Amino acid sequence: MSTERPSRVWNRKHILGLEELSAEEITQILDQAAEFKQQTKEGVLKLNSLRGKVVANLFFEPSTRTRTSFGLAAKRLSADTVDFSPSGSSLSKGETFIDTAKNIEAMGVDQVVVRHMTPGAPHLLSKHLKASVLNAGDGTHEHPTQALLDIFTIREQKGTLEGLTVTLVGDILHSRVARSNIWGLKKLGARVIVCGPSTLIPRDITQLGVEISYDLDAVLPETDCVNLLRVQFERQRSAFFPSIREYAHLFGLNTERASRGKEGMVVLAPGPINRGVELSTEVADGPHSVVLDQVTNGLLVRMSCLYLLNQYQDRQAERGDS
Amino acid sequence: MTSLLIRGGRLIDPSQNLDRTGDLLIRDGVIAGAGDVAGHADEVIEAEGLIVSPGLIDLHAALRDPGDEEDETTYTGTAAALAGGFSSIACLPDTTPAIDNRAAAEFAILQAARARNCHVYPLGAVTKSLKGEELAEMGQLVDGGAVGFSDGKHPLHNAEIMRRALEYSRMFDRPIFNFPEVEELSRSGVMHEGYYSTLLGLRGMPAAAESIMVGRDLALAEMTDGKLHVTTITVTNSVKQIQQAKEAGVKVTCSVTPHHLTLDDSTLQSFDSAFKVNPPLRSRDHIDSLIRGLKDGTIDAISSDHQPYSIEKKRNELDQAPFGIAGLETVLPICIQSLIDPGHLSWLQLIDKLSTRPAAILGLSKGTLKENSTADITLIDPHVEWTIDPKQFFSRGRNTPFEGWTVKGRAHTVIVGGEVRYYLGQIASRINPAV
Repeated sequence: MSTERPSRVWNRKHILGLEELSAEEITQILDQAAEFKQQTKEGVLKLNSLRGKVVANLFFEPSTRTRTSFGLAAKRLSADTVDFSPSGSSLSKGETFIDTAKNIEAMGVDQVVVRHMTPGAPHLLSKHLKASVLNAGDGTHEHPTQALLDIFTIREQKGTLEGLTVTLVGDILHSRVARSNIWGLKKLGARVIVCGPSTLIPRDITQLGVEISYDLDAVLPETDCVNLLRVQFERQRSAFFPSIREYAHLFGLNTERASRGKEGMVVLAPGPINRGVELSTEVADGPHSVVLDQVTNGLLVRMSCLYLLNQYQDRQAERGDS
Repeated sequence: MTSLLIRGGRLIDPSQNLDRTGDLLIRDGVIAGAGDVAGHADEVIEAEGLIVSPGLIDLHAALRDPGDEEDETTYTGTAAALAGGFSSIACLPDTTPAIDNRAAAEFAILQAARARNCHVYPLGAVTKSLKGEELAEMGQLVDGGAVGFSDGKHPLHNAEIMRRALEYSRMFDRPIFNFPEVEELSRSGVMHEGYYSTLLGLRGMPAAAESIMVGRDLALAEMTDGKLHVTTITVTNSVKQIQQAKEAGVKVTCSVTPHHLTLDDSTLQSFDSAFKVNPPLRSRDHIDSLIRGLKDGTIDAISSDHQPYSIEKKRNELDQAPFGIAGLETVLPICIQSLIDPGHLSWLQLIDKLSTRPAAILGLSKGTLKENSTADITLIDPHVEWTIDPKQFFSRGRNTPFEGWTVKGRAHTVIVGGEVRYYLGQIASRINPAV
């Protein structure tokens, strides 16, 4: 893994999803995050890169982990941050989403981190704002920074993505994490299997170059990394499976199942985890689990995204001056 | 006695299978002669290079009046119709309150008379308040001027109600328009279910949600011998079932919109709500089936399904924005691009689907250039190039997926009951409100 300062130039104003990023761009984000990790180890906890810049966290959907992680990432880069969540603010007064964002931008915001329940909401904002937009999860569409931290964690454990088999388990239909992971993993050369109840795996997903399985036990022996997606009860409009008990029976990862995995299989879970549903407590806290590494790496990957977008803006500003 | 001569145009009249160059003489609001017409006329329009067509008739347009005047009014909607080449439109009953009683039907006609743009023929509600529970007073609605029945974009989900509506409307020989959708399958969807909905994480509306309802309605139409019109079909299986039913003698007609013939579901990748429409834009294979259905005559008519919305309603997150396209002003160029230019339909066939067949479906003695029929005439310039700019629309709805498209062909002149109501971008009622 490279720890030298990347000399590549970042050429994007927004990060809206992994679909539009190239393998090189994804690698650039990961390498920058790795550099931050090295600096952290060396005791450099605070950087000046975003001093005087303002990052707004617009969270139109509840979030604790992602929001905290983004907030801390911005602070580690010395940015000022403003948090906005719709409860009790102008959204309840009938203001439109775009007007709300424009008003916050008018206070002098450089980057907008947005989470929204509607797919495409960050894309809509990117057409109306001058600030850079960073997608922190748009409905069931994409969650690029989550996938980047998953991929970063895998790369850290396995050295490379090339040739690995990664199995995504659970509710693929409603999962933005799955979509972003599929784009990123495929671009970096991994083989991807999606596994879960047949009601929660859209058949057209194979067109993204993934394989479908309904039998977790059958795919575990070929799996280098298993990513256990949360069952999204809140996104389901009707019953997709008969009971949680049955889900855990068919797709829950317990110690016995984990032992069938390929030698050195790594267990990821984007969280918040439902212990006893997607994975048992023994597995969650067991030797294969990298769940807490994911959280640590999430901070670094988000720092990396903010840092690169800022670099782009600074370059644009220089061009404007000359 | 006033007379108007349209000289030297290409006369196209599907009702007589006519496509020839000639003159058209209008006297006292009726067609006095077509072909080689001699003699004096008070006024002359030179129509060389123009198509002279029976006035276009739209089967399915929302005017939002009363109740949602921020989206459209009868005046603006009928002006948009004229600009699109329509001399008559059938308006939907999904206003607030709904057109579910005689007074409401008469109000729609009165508003159109005040506007003095095109003819408006109301579709009465099938059920009271469009709730799908009890039949509206259909007889009273017919007496008030309703030409057919529809619950707008509310599918008649109760099969028993649909059965009774088809039976009861037989007394008046009026069609029941049903919007084919099984709501349980498409609820909270925003686009066609398929590869692109999977890609974008947007909730899908499967093709089967439409074709199941089409199948049910065809069975009920066969059983009751009622007249069924299936609005805005979009999927292969709907075309197939309707074709079979027609062969079996079921009294069914159906229509499609220009946008469903032109745009596919990949357009939603823009996350632009201009492409959010119900039924949703489908995949390419379905579009091909619709074009085949138009060519072989299974699909009778093309309608705008005009659904105007104010900018503030439409410019929202995709799942908050309403479904619909303000279509009246773009029907002609989009049909030319998608049907005439590739050679799928001849002009005679296209005008049949935009005028003669819609007239027959609504039971109107229009859609013809025969002598003594009402002089509703549209002159079309098939070659003029222009760029679609919603800011120039007469409609209050600016919601079009065709913004910025450079297209070919548009209405040149629209004559309603012998009066020139639209001429080269100008609405007569706007120039002189007293006309």
